[in-house]
Amino acid sequence: MLRAVFLALVCGLAAAPARAAEISISCSAVGLELRLCRAGAERWARETGNTVRLVSTPNAAGERLALYQQLLAARSPAIDVLQIDVVWPGILARHLLDLRPYAGERPAANFASMIANDTVNGQLVAMPWFADVGLLYYRKDLLAKYGVQVPRSWAALAAAARRIQDGERAAGRPRMWGFVWQGRAYEGLTCDALEWIASQGGGHIVEPDGRISIDNRRAAGALQAAAAWVGGISPRGVLNYAEEEARGVFQSGDAVFMRNWPYALALAESAGSPVRGRVGVAPLPGGIGTLGGAQLAVSRYSKHPRLAASLVMALTGRAEQKRRAIAGGFNPTLPALYRDAAIRRANPYYGVMARALAHAAARPSAVTGVRYNRVSSAFANAVHAVLAGQADARTALGSLEGQLMRISRGGRW
Amino acid sequence: MVARPRTAWLFLAPSLALLVLVAAWPLARTVSFGFTDAALGDPSWHWIGFDNYLADYGGRWYGLLVDPTWWQAVWNTLRFALFSVGLETLLGVVIALVLSAEFPGRAWVRAAVLVPWAVPTIVSAKMWGWMLNDQFGIVNHVLLSLGLLSQPLAWTAEPGLAMASVIMVDVWKTTPFVTLLALAALQLVPKECREAARIDGAGPLREFFSVTLPIIRPALMVAVVFRALDALRVFDVVYVLTSNSTDTMSMSVFARQQLIDFQDVGYGSAAATLLFLTVALVSALVLSAGRVRLTEEGVLR
Repeated sequence: MLRAVFLALVCGLAAAPARAAEISISCSAVGLELRLCRAGAERWARETGNTVRLVSTPNAAGERLALYQQLLAARSPAIDVLQIDVVWPGILARHLLDLRPYAGERPAANFASMIANDTVNGQLVAMPWFADVGLLYYRKDLLAKYGVQVPRSWAALAAAARRIQDGERAAGRPRMWGFVWQGRAYEGLTCDALEWIASQGGGHIVEPDGRISIDNRRAAGALQAAAAWVGGISPRGVLNYAEEEARGVFQSGDAVFMRNWPYALALAESAGSPVRGRVGVAPLPGGIGTLGGAQLAVSRYSKHPRLAASLVMALTGRAEQKRRAIAGGFNPTLPALYRDAAIRRANPYYGVMARALAHAAARPSAVTGVRYNRVSSAFANAVHAVLAGQADARTALGSLEGQLMRISRGGRW
Repeated sequence: MVARPRTAWLFLAPSLALLVLVAAWPLARTVSFGFTDAALGDPSWHWIGFDNYLADYGGRWYGLLVDPTWWQAVWNTLRFALFSVGLETLLGVVIALVLSAEFPGRAWVRAAVLVPWAVPTIVSAKMWGWMLNDQFGIVNHVLLSLGLLSQPLAWTAEPGLAMASVIMVDVWKTTPFVTLLALAALQLVPKECREAARIDGAGPLREFFSVTLPIIRPALMVAVVFRALDALRVFDVVYVLTSNSTDTMSMSVFARQQLIDFQDVGYGSAAATLLFLTVALVSALVLSAGRVRLTEEGVLR
């Protein structure tokens, strides 16, 4: 009965106004993220008298990008609105609609670093949707027990990790490690290593003007210091850890510090977590975390660009971002929301988030464009070789620079 | 009289058309893309000749043939193929010999041995990934409690261990395949031959090498060729256990990374073409080597 009424309503809606259209959107494919995306899109549909269709795409970033590229290369109108990763605007820019005519004053309300990231050749190809940034997780109880402050530098972190790890092991906890992070040769290691290097004055691999800056003494020093962690304060297995492996060790109570994205906090504090109530978060030592997150973009081949852009503006707008922050802990891209009382009540750690986001470092994806993944992979593999002790930092960075010259055909990105 | 061949061609036509459609056409496309600068997401492309393989840009050489990562992948693949196929053949024959003996519950054991082969590679690789995990893995746990290790090892992370771990997982998974073929061949060994050898005073070893092995060799060669071709194209077990790490990257992982991660259809297709040529070359070598050996024995016998 209910279904019949619903069907009648839907058919009525589809038939009645001539300009109502169906907008298809691809956002996250699983869990809470999917539910929130659906709720937000359907709210827009009700308010504007259109319909939305959620297209499910692979959850793994690499596969999703490949699918997008095939659809866009074929000029397919199958997806109007695409959720894209923070490093994709440069790769997909030529297929995306310039959103400036639809955005009005909205971009200025976002974190400037994210708008800069989404601007390619002067065109705003995507709107920031939610932000991510590398954070330092620590065990409040252990730091208090040993009278250690939250470290502000990487050297202080190594010293504190060593002290607590040795103390705990002597006290009968042989599995305790000082610091876990992402050391597998993949995008996550690019993020981690960029944080060590950028916060110690070693640049951003490729600078915004296209100069390849990675072969310098400070970058080498930062990598050499990190290589000394492996086997010391970090298990050797960290060389194959992604986010979840690091969280596994930390959440089992076997690590003092962890570098991870904000998603890990809700899980570490969830019911049944062995470290519940004993986890603190802070900006990373050196103050610089790598910027992550998602954006919404409109395909240039959409049949309804105006409506698609309107959906993007609704989903990235203040009201929707507030709802998502409270219901799902998705970090707003609007600095003003971090002062919102209701959001702060739901997410007490947002003070730390706002500080970390204000100094976030963007990966060199805008300048390297379609070659970004190649740059990131070459960088991650060079860093991995140093961490594994197969090469010393100066040599590895020297040959990495040669490789980047080759990828960019001589620095012309 | 002329009608017979024509009828034959008529009957063959559907399968030929299907072959062209699913094998020849994609292969031709891949080979031709290898001579272009095509990129995923960019519909315009140009012919660039052999530039993906080797090109001279103002005194610096570019291309697959001077790409150290590619050569690393080739070397990794050959190493993987040699060790995994070697171990699988050895273990497969030994297990088949054990299983061909008469003992109670033999049917159950035979079925149980096949289980690893029945598990999809992606599942077994993921499962082994967790079992080999340095912190929670059961492998380290068992070895530590037996006192064989003093420190947990990072099986899939340590550059020196990662390839060995990948080979070990592949051996675990594919030995049953060799066992199965060897077991089938063993059923064909006539009892009289073995009894005659025993009466002539041959020990079990002599009996195996002089009687059993020559008889099961053709079937074993088929298993080895199949396994070698599979091993040269290996992708899933490597990708699941160690992702894109250059320490273990196989040629297929390299080609996928170029095609999907780097969107470089031209370069990736060139890599896929070289992979195809390598597989073709090796299988030709193995097949001809196997045939020569077989005919030699035929002459001897």
